[in-house]
Parts: sequence; structure tokens; C-alpha cells
Amino acid sequence: MTNLPAENVPPLLDVRELRKYFPISKGFFRRVVGHVRAVDDVSFTVGEGETLGLVGESGCGKTTVSRSILRAHDPTAGQVLYRTREGKVVDLVAMSGAELKLLRRDIQMIFQDPFGSLNPRMTLLDNVGEPLLVNGMRSRRERMERVAELLRLVGLRPEFMHRFPHAFSGGQRQRIGIARALATSPRLVVADEPVSALDVSVQAQVLNLLLELQLRLRLTFILVAHDLSVVRHISDRVAVMYVGQLVELAPTGAVFARPRHPYTAALMRAVPVPDPRVAGSNAILKGEVPSPAAPPSGCYFHPRCRFAEDRCRREAPLLREVSPGHFARCHFAEQISPG
Amino acid sequence: MRDLSVVFELDEGTVRAVDGVSFNVAPGEVVGIVGESGCGKSVTMKAIMQLIEQPGRIARGEIHYRRNGVPPRTIDLARLPPRGRLMRALRGAEIALIPQEPMAAFSPVHTVGQQIIEAIMLHAPRRDSDSHPITRRDARAMTIELFRDVGISMPEQRVDAYSWQLSGGLRQRAMIAMALSCRPRLLIADEPTTAIDVTTQAQILALLRELQRKYDTAIIFITHDLGVIAQMAHYVVVMYLGSVMEEGPVDDIFHAPKHPYTKALLRSIPSLYGETRTALPVIAGALPHPFNRPPGCPFHPRCDEVIPKRCSRAVPRLQPVEVRQQVSCFLYHDAAEPV
Repeated sequence: MTNLPAENVPPLLDVRELRKYFPISKGFFRRVVGHVRAVDDVSFTVGEGETLGLVGESGCGKTTVSRSILRAHDPTAGQVLYRTREGKVVDLVAMSGAELKLLRRDIQMIFQDPFGSLNPRMTLLDNVGEPLLVNGMRSRRERMERVAELLRLVGLRPEFMHRFPHAFSGGQRQRIGIARALATSPRLVVADEPVSALDVSVQAQVLNLLLELQLRLRLTFILVAHDLSVVRHISDRVAVMYVGQLVELAPTGAVFARPRHPYTAALMRAVPVPDPRVAGSNAILKGEVPSPAAPPSGCYFHPRCRFAEDRCRREAPLLREVSPGHFARCHFAEQISPG
Repeated sequence: MRDLSVVFELDEGTVRAVDGVSFNVAPGEVVGIVGESGCGKSVTMKAIMQLIEQPGRIARGEIHYRRNGVPPRTIDLARLPPRGRLMRALRGAEIALIPQEPMAAFSPVHTVGQQIIEAIMLHAPRRDSDSHPITRRDARAMTIELFRDVGISMPEQRVDAYSWQLSGGLRQRAMIAMALSCRPRLLIADEPTTAIDVTTQAQILALLRELQRKYDTAIIFITHDLGVIAQMAHYVVVMYLGSVMEEGPVDDIFHAPKHPYTKALLRSIPSLYGETRTALPVIAGALPHPFNRPPGCPFHPRCDEVIPKRCSRAVPRLQPVEVRQQVSCFLYHDAAEPV
């Protein structure tokens, strides 16, 4: 099932040519000697009610993209266009702090570490209720009612609200983190590796909860993850990043049925299959991810690519539409076959 | 290993981290231990190496290790004094460890080469006592050779690198080189690929498979990742809350699992091939806290095939149900642990 938006409505989020460079400074005067191009020209849209999965290996810039959307980082260049509840399209990058504050309740985040993201000295009521307090819900009674409602929503008992986070397991804490993210009734939720710290048996519960909440509350998700099977399980569309760039963007089914970028194909082959009868692939990706401070010439992936030709060394490919809705950054996207 | 139990005596009470675990490892065999956090897989590993820290201790059980020699002698590792001469001679030489976090395992103030050379110098002279003693120069040459073996490019330069100068993949390769430096007969790999990216993981797993075949090393492979287990192990031990739920040849565990926990674990992982955006079958509830071990079968509160009044009252014994497959579950036999 996909919930792609109607065509005439602008997307909920439209990220255009987003760039985030971190300076590298050296010496006594902290002279800037270069830049780490953590995010380099990333554009994508997210429709209302859709889940976009952002995948890639560590250092590919997926977290920087998600933080830039929330303005936890100030992007170096680019636009993040957001359609407000009133239907107005605003650029989050150009907004001042005060303007942004009003929109913060609409865009919330679920963190990876369910142990580090909750204040251990605050009860669940205060942890989950803090965003409500910040957003002007002064009455403790009202907050208690809302927190009780939120805890029920994520499958926890409302009586738990007077306990402290240490009394809960990892999976329960992640539920608390989700309740906290949902406190202000957001429209867009950015989840950064929401299940990677959880045990397998608990991971499935949290994934199911996310799917269920999305349908019930019409939430839009950006899911940042490194685990392809998790991304495949809950995303409508998948964006694959490599060294700060998007290398492939397409509906989930299309990406997994026929990846058009050799890196995506390699990433899929690298996942160990939980079946001893299926032999692991021999075509293992060689080498390592290059540093975003000194990326290779041409296509960033060419030193590791088994299809690389001369053109790939000289000319950087553009992200182009290979088939309707399926984008890939490869000169030979049409010829790539999976496996 | 026979009936191993490890307890931790804490102020709050006694935690039975490992409770009656038995399994065998044949020379050259890869045994995978799977389980979620708190299942005792790492404590089992520490018991073999005699590295259990206070207030933990081996309460019961035997760990028979057969040494090479004419005639072969079997010693019980569980009886050896942890700081004794024999244990120190075995540890690192005949029984080596690849830890989870290579960053924490290497000293940051010595080069990786120095640390491996130290290991070789410490163990090697005692092994070939009749031939001439190994010099530092020999050890250095051996280290460079090992680096080449584990696929580290430019080994002559990399020996003099500090661990923090190496990438995650290289660091893990250096760790493998160190573990192999004394040609161990038993290698214990504790989640060796959990901290690294998938494409690097695929490289490391392929390397371990290749080295295992080349040197015919027995490996105890500890992981929570069923995909990794399926691709690596010959024989699988499934643990839950310190007890073995099921063990058997890898093909039987994945294609004919018997224990409800094994079955549920296999069902709950999202795959790269199944349905997307559907609720995953889950294991109800959460992992219990170690202080609140349920009475009877440790899995019974979460089990969907629980036998009322039976599973909650007695602890099932690990019993053979197939030629090499053993299960501790009352669905298959009636044998209970003595009370």
C-alpha cells in the first residue's frame, strides 16, 4: 500500500539543493583550510502521509540532512520548503528563530538512543509533558490528561507517568520517546535510527507501532536508518545517500526490485541473508567510503564500482530520472542489473 | 562446556547470568551463539576466557578444553585460577578474542603494530621453546605478514599507525590480525561486526570465513544478528535469559526450528524479500529484568504455545529431539530440571 499525495497539492516538505559544509580549521588562528561536504546538493520531496527512508552508511550525510531539516544545523545553502497547516509554503532555512519556534511543534524528532534522550531526573509526565509546557500548556491537570492519552497511544499504561525512565526497558523507553515526539501533534516526524538500539524481538514491536501511528494520525515520516530491511519494511520511497549526495531515489518496490545505482545494489548484496541455504554474495564491495573532505573525481563511487569506465573518472553524473519516479546518479543507470 | 552457571552477587540480589549452559565445539567448527541483550552470550564467552569480573563467579559447571600434544590432554578451564600461569599462557595464544569495539580494545597511545608484536613476543617463545627465540624484528615481520593476510593495504606503513588513525573496517582487520597472531585453535568473536557498516561487515565476514578455512580455526561466533549467524555458523546455540533454548545444525535451526522462541525470533525480523508495510509478527512483552526471572521456563510469559500450569512451574531440560538438535521445551519432551 502506498499513500502518495495528490498531484496538485504541493508536497509537505520540499528540500532543494541542500548543502551543509563543515569547515576544517588548522593552526593557531584556526584558519579554514577546507570543507567537509557533509551534504552536497541534496533535493527531494516528501508528500503528506508518506514515509521517506533515508539510507546510507556512516558518514554519508543522512543524519546531517535530517538535522538540517529541523534546523538543528544551519544549512550552508539550499531551501527547505514546508507547507504549513494553512497551506502556505515557507522556507525553513530563511526563517528567524522566533518564526521557527511556532513551526517546531509541527516537526518533531525521534532519537536513536532511548537511554540518552530522556532526562533521567524527570518523571515520564515531565519528560513527555515538557514540549507541552514549552508550547504554552500551563495547567498541570491538562498536561496529565494529554500525557495519559499519549502513553495509551504508544501502548504504555497511563499510571506509568509518575515513574522515572530508569524503570523502563529499551523498547518501552523508545515508546516514551515516541510519545514525547507526538505530544505537540506534529505533522512531520523525523526518526533517526529509531530501532537500531533495540533487540530484535522489540524492534518489530516499535516498527509496528510506527506504522500504526502513521495511519491513525496521518503522520509524515522521514526515517533515517542504515538497516535496509527496516527501511524497506516501513518506507513508501527510499533515498540512498553516498558521500553527501543522493545516489538513488525511488519508490521502495522499484529500488529493491531493480536498483539503478551500483552502490544501492552493493548495499543490498551486503546484507547477510538469514537463511543458511542462500549463499552470501561473492561480489563484495571493495575498499572504503571516501572522506567527504576529499572526494574522488567524477562519480564519487567510481573507485569502488565494478562497472566504472573512463567517463566515470572524469565526469560527475547528475541525479536523473531513469524511469518515472525513479532517480539515479549514474551514467549507466539503464544498464545496471541487480545481483 | 557442561552445565555452566555464572552468578553475579549484587547488593540487590543474585543474578544468574548463565544458567546451565552446555555445548560442544569441534576443532575447525564455527558455533554461533545467538540471543538478545541479557541472554548471557557475552558472559559465556568471558567464562571461557576466565575474564569474569567481580562480583561475578562461575558457580557450577565445567569447560573442558582439549590441548594439542602427545597425548592430547584435556583441562577444565573453569577450575583454572584466572590469573594463573596456565590460563595466561592459553589466553591470547590458544584461545583468542575478537571484541566488539576495536576502538576500545586497542590502546590509543601505542601503535597497533607494537601491540601485536607484544602479543607475539609474549606467547611465541614459549611455544617453540627448542627453536631459537623470536626477536622483535621477526615479530614485526610476522605482523606485517598478518596485516597482508587480513587484507590491510600498505601493511608496512599501517603497522606504525595508531588505532585512531585507522577507519572502523581497518581497525577491525587489525584486531583480527592480533587475534590470529598466535595461531589460536579457538577464536571467540563477540559481535565482531556490530559496530561497522554493512558493506564493511560483508568484507569482514568474508575474511573470517576465508581465514577459518585456511587455518581450520574453531570459532565461537556471538551475535544478535540472525543473518550473520546463517552465513557464518555450522552449529547454532539459541540463548534466552542465560539458558539454552535450542541448539542444532544451522540448517535445522533456520528451516526446522523447534523452540517457540527460535520460531518467533525468525518470524520477527523484517526481510529484504517479504511483504512491506504490514505488521510484523511480534514476540509479546519485553525482556524481563534479570532480577525478575520468571519461574519455570524463562520464556513462558512471552510464549504463544505455553502449556498452562506446566511451563510456569518447572524448568524444561535441554533434551535431544533430533540427531543433533536439542530443545528445552515441554512441547517436545517431559524432562524437567531437578528443583
